[in-house]
Amino acid sequence: MTYIDDFPGEARVVRAAFAIAFASIGLGGALGVLQALFRTGYSRSLFSAVDYYSILTAHGVLMALVFTTFFIVGLFTWGVTRSLDTGFRDLRFTWGWLGLMTLGTVLAFVSVLGGIVGWIPTHAAVLYTFYAPLEASPTFYLGLALLIVGSWGAGVDYVLALREWRADNPDERIPLQTFMAVATMLLWFVCTLGVAVEVVVFLLPWSLGLIPRVDPLLTRTLFWYFGHAVVYFWLLPAYFVWYTIFPKLSGGRLFSDPLARVVFVLFLVLSTPVGVHHQYGDPGLSQGLKFVQMTSTYFILLPSLLTAFTVVASMEHGARQRGGKGLVKWLRALPWEKPSFSGIALAGLAFAASGFGGMVNAGLNVNALVHNTMWVPGHFHLTVGTAVALTFMAITYWLLPQLSGKRLRLRTLAAVQPYLWFVGMVFMSNAMHRVGLAGVPRRTSEPQYEQVIFNTPIATIGELHLQTVGGAFLLFASLLCFLAVVVSTWLGDRGAEPLAVNGHIPEALSGPEHGPSILDNFRVWVVLTFLLLLIAYGPPLAAMVQNGLFAPGSAPIPA
Amino acid sequence: MEIHRLEKIWLAVSLVFIVALVASIVYGVAGMGVGTVGDTGQQLDPNGLDQTRFADPGGHWVDDDHYVVNVVARQFLFQPGTQEPIMVPANTTVTFYVTSPDVVHGFDVVGTHLNAMVIPGQETKLTTEFDEPKSYGIVCHEYCGAGHQSMAGQLIVVPADELPKNGSAASGNATATNATADAANASAAVAAPEVSA
Repeated sequence: MTYIDDFPGEARVVRAAFAIAFASIGLGGALGVLQALFRTGYSRSLFSAVDYYSILTAHGVLMALVFTTFFIVGLFTWGVTRSLDTGFRDLRFTWGWLGLMTLGTVLAFVSVLGGIVGWIPTHAAVLYTFYAPLEASPTFYLGLALLIVGSWGAGVDYVLALREWRADNPDERIPLQTFMAVATMLLWFVCTLGVAVEVVVFLLPWSLGLIPRVDPLLTRTLFWYFGHAVVYFWLLPAYFVWYTIFPKLSGGRLFSDPLARVVFVLFLVLSTPVGVHHQYGDPGLSQGLKFVQMTSTYFILLPSLLTAFTVVASMEHGARQRGGKGLVKWLRALPWEKPSFSGIALAGLAFAASGFGGMVNAGLNVNALVHNTMWVPGHFHLTVGTAVALTFMAITYWLLPQLSGKRLRLRTLAAVQPYLWFVGMVFMSNAMHRVGLAGVPRRTSEPQYEQVIFNTPIATIGELHLQTVGGAFLLFASLLCFLAVVVSTWLGDRGAEPLAVNGHIPEALSGPEHGPSILDNFRVWVVLTFLLLLIAYGPPLAAMVQNGLFAPGSAPIPA
Repeated sequence: MEIHRLEKIWLAVSLVFIVALVASIVYGVAGMGVGTVGDTGQQLDPNGLDQTRFADPGGHWVDDDHYVVNVVARQFLFQPGTQEPIMVPANTTVTFYVTSPDVVHGFDVVGTHLNAMVIPGQETKLTTEFDEPKSYGIVCHEYCGAGHQSMAGQLIVVPADELPKNGSAASGNATATNATADAANASAAVAAPEVSA
């Protein structure tokens, strides 16, 4: 049976979430091309250097917050109900949180649009980090708050479904996909606490004039309490795909179920007490604190290195099942023509490359070479922009038929799409990293200054700008391919032919029964998470609020 | 729990790698003295900078081998830095204090380790030593509003005897033209300033 036949109501929820995610990535991608053209100086006639910041804000919010969050809640809704083989108890609740997320998205997006469109009386050119005291319209903060609170509803749905399943199956191990979805949502609850307090307690009342001042350092620290863990909220759903579906797409099965659980537990526990590594350059935070969080940052490499092992091992196992031989020749036995496989394999490759960049960013002092330069967006276009986004697109080719009952259309376009994305990103991200090393700042509409010379080794800035723009166009072409495949599949008929894919997932070589049962005890891990947070964030937050929650304070300065 | 032999080896190598990464940073901080911005313990009222060291921004000698520069980063210029260059002596300990009366800014001396945030209510303290006369660009690298793309400045390192010991930074302007020429003539070797809190 196909998912849509087993769970028609849930399938509709997933399709709705995906539809909003894909609309966001389409719009956000188009804005990305405009930014690339503007920054590099290829075209500055379409809008002003000031409008650039509203467009940049919209790009960041649509891609990093809207596309990711909607796709993730859709993916996990599929994964939880499929692996527990039970629907949600009350779909009205489910539609409720999805509606809340959608309302928040519309509010936030329209607020940003107001910066460009004269008759909308809002402004929100504050970028997706919205550091106070630059101030956006209250509707922007309200929209973000609704998006986050709505996504909490998704977590509630998954946890409730798990509890119900556990009551019926007291002695069984939690199915791996549900385990991963719940671990990720617990991480999401823990880390969004920071940004929720920042927005609801400080920024929203402050933008409404209810409180006169906020402490810029305190609000920024609350943002970064959330701001790095959020990348694991994006990444773990990609890992969910890499661990549970990718081995099957390679022709084999997962290497080790217990180690997959260990990896997710490590992420849950470690991913929040690392946020200060985004604040190495901040005054008012001690070097000791920065050092402590740097150490936890480097240790969070561990679960990713373990994942690299499992992904490659599962791939090799699959290749050998398909008749692959030799030390590396087995790579040829893999289904590179299938976009669901090739997209994920290329995403993994991009992630390996970006991991090394991340080690540079994480270095307490080495960070000064790259902090707030173009290197940083170059880095995260490889991580969230490729490892995560390309995985999501690739798995859509596999999931959408099961969610709609329709066979995938435009298969040739689909087969080319991941390669186009990868090549486009190699050009764009490489160029961004390199101008960043020369000191070119990020988040700047016209990074040319009379008084400043940027020395790029090997290639000139002009050549790197050409690579950036060329890469951006390839990426956009890839995005159009993806959207064409999705729309054409979606609008197609449900034919009589059976689907080419099915949702059956083979068992792991080493099953969950080989792992200690404490792994499934989320209570223990959540308590441990909060203990670590107390150590990592207790002292600095206590020091900041000691002289008053709102001091040293800044009044709003409209962006 | 069963763990494959190869995976055990991978795990061990990964752990060693992580420890080595942390150790390399420790060596950089403790062995080479290259740290990052810390906490000076000093907080400021962004609206009351005239009561602080930032009342009269600019550079001055605090003793024979220590030069201090107080910089105000505001929408959309550095004072000093944008309208007149920041002048600092070569082969001398130089400490920068930077703050902001309005929004968050960045203070990045391009091509050096001097790269930090400027946050209203806090003071950013950077200490370094420049090896030779040279001219550097300064960029605000945190989005700070509509004019952010224009926020930049210049830092000129001059021989220590060109900065009068008893005058303010303003009198240093008289020698700015000369110093710029000197800096342009200076060798292009990259200085590696040390940054510490």
